Amino acid sequence: MDACLSALDLACRRGDRVLFRGVSFALESGKALHVTGPNGCGKSSLIRILAGLLRPFAGSVERAGAAALVDGRLAFDEHLPLGRALAFWERLDGGSADLEALGLADLIDVPVRYLSTGQRKRAALARLTGQGAPIWLLDEPLNGLDAAGAALVEAMVAEHLGAGGVAVIASHQPFALASGRTFHLPDHAA
Amino acid sequence: MTTALTLLRRDLVLLLPGSGRGSTLLPLLFFLAVAMLFPFAVGPDAALLARTGGGVIWVAALLAAILPLDRLFAPDLGTGFVDQLALRGISEELAVAVRMLAHWLSFGPLLMLAALPASALLGLDGATLRVLELGLLAGTPGLAAIGVIIAALTVGLRGGTALAGLLVIPLAVPLLVFGAGALATGGQGGLTLCAAISLLLAAIAPFAGGAAIRAAREG
Repeated sequence: MDACLSALDLACRRGDRVLFRGVSFALESGKALHVTGPNGCGKSSLIRILAGLLRPFAGSVERAGAAALVDGRLAFDEHLPLGRALAFWERLDGGSADLEALGLADLIDVPVRYLSTGQRKRAALARLTGQGAPIWLLDEPLNGLDAAGAALVEAMVAEHLGAGGVAVIASHQPFALASGRTFHLPDHAA
Repeated sequence: MTTALTLLRRDLVLLLPGSGRGSTLLPLLFFLAVAMLFPFAVGPDAALLARTGGGVIWVAALLAAILPLDRLFAPDLGTGFVDQLALRGISEELAVAVRMLAHWLSFGPLLMLAALPASALLGLDGATLRVLELGLLAGTPGLAAIGVIIAALTVGLRGGTALAGLLVIPLAVPLLVFGAGALATGGQGGLTLCAAISLLLAAIAPFAGGAAIRAAREG
């Protein structure tokens, strides 16, 4: 897997407030960035800009490789059983996830709306691995997960980086990264 | 192509009656209820009913097409579906075109079927029914296209549903004029124009809707 993600002098404006400016970094294969900062400092907006879902107020993003996003929204049809909801994305992505490892194997017949917060997060991670994208953009990936789940996410990210992927993790919680650095977003507050 | 089919399959499950988010038989029942109530309201004058019945069915069809608008895009934007499709390089235009097809399939053919009992309730004759069915075939794709455009434009607004209903009505006037007008003249000209407007709207809708969805995503 060959990937790279770089940001050049990014600025983000929400409404009439500039959240941050002058954000620049470059990530090559196997590297990760842990974006930290308090609520409202623009972590999610940065992730959405990197994903290409939000236009930056200034600056540019360069991506080599497809990007996958996990945020607070699950993008599953709530009334469907988990297995069928995942199957929709698997048909689009052409890959599938190891549900056993994610602890979801017993839940495939359960409608998505009955899943707990942690189970929903695990389901989103299943969609993420099935997508097989080299660039992972994770917005608060540890929210709602128990200790085992958090360790699982950290292991997944480590494995992804080992395979040559790139990851940006926005989280106010500590996140164990073998080959990555921390980026404190409030340092770039406008 | 497989992408479009996968999307269409999901959209049909969501929009067709008796599946998914449910309650999609409501537009159909609403349509029949209007056709049933109209004779009660204007009285049992068979000649009057036969003359105005076709127009009533058209108005009922328009109103029935408005009912599902709030379910067209708003849920997908809220749950992050739109974002995930964009990340996979699936254009908003394709998603909107597929949604338009599914939206039409979920009410167009059903309305044409329901027009049979409705025309019986209103005492329409065979020739009128034929022009009516052809007109619905020509006009409902246009109604679906207008619905998709308006639903996409109002997707990020609070109270967008009521506004969407109001916005659809003036845009649907040309379809009504030619589609329902053909009933009075019995001519082919109105139907052809109605079909032409439908084609034009269906061609514009994916691009207009796609741009609107992109704008809503940025918001």
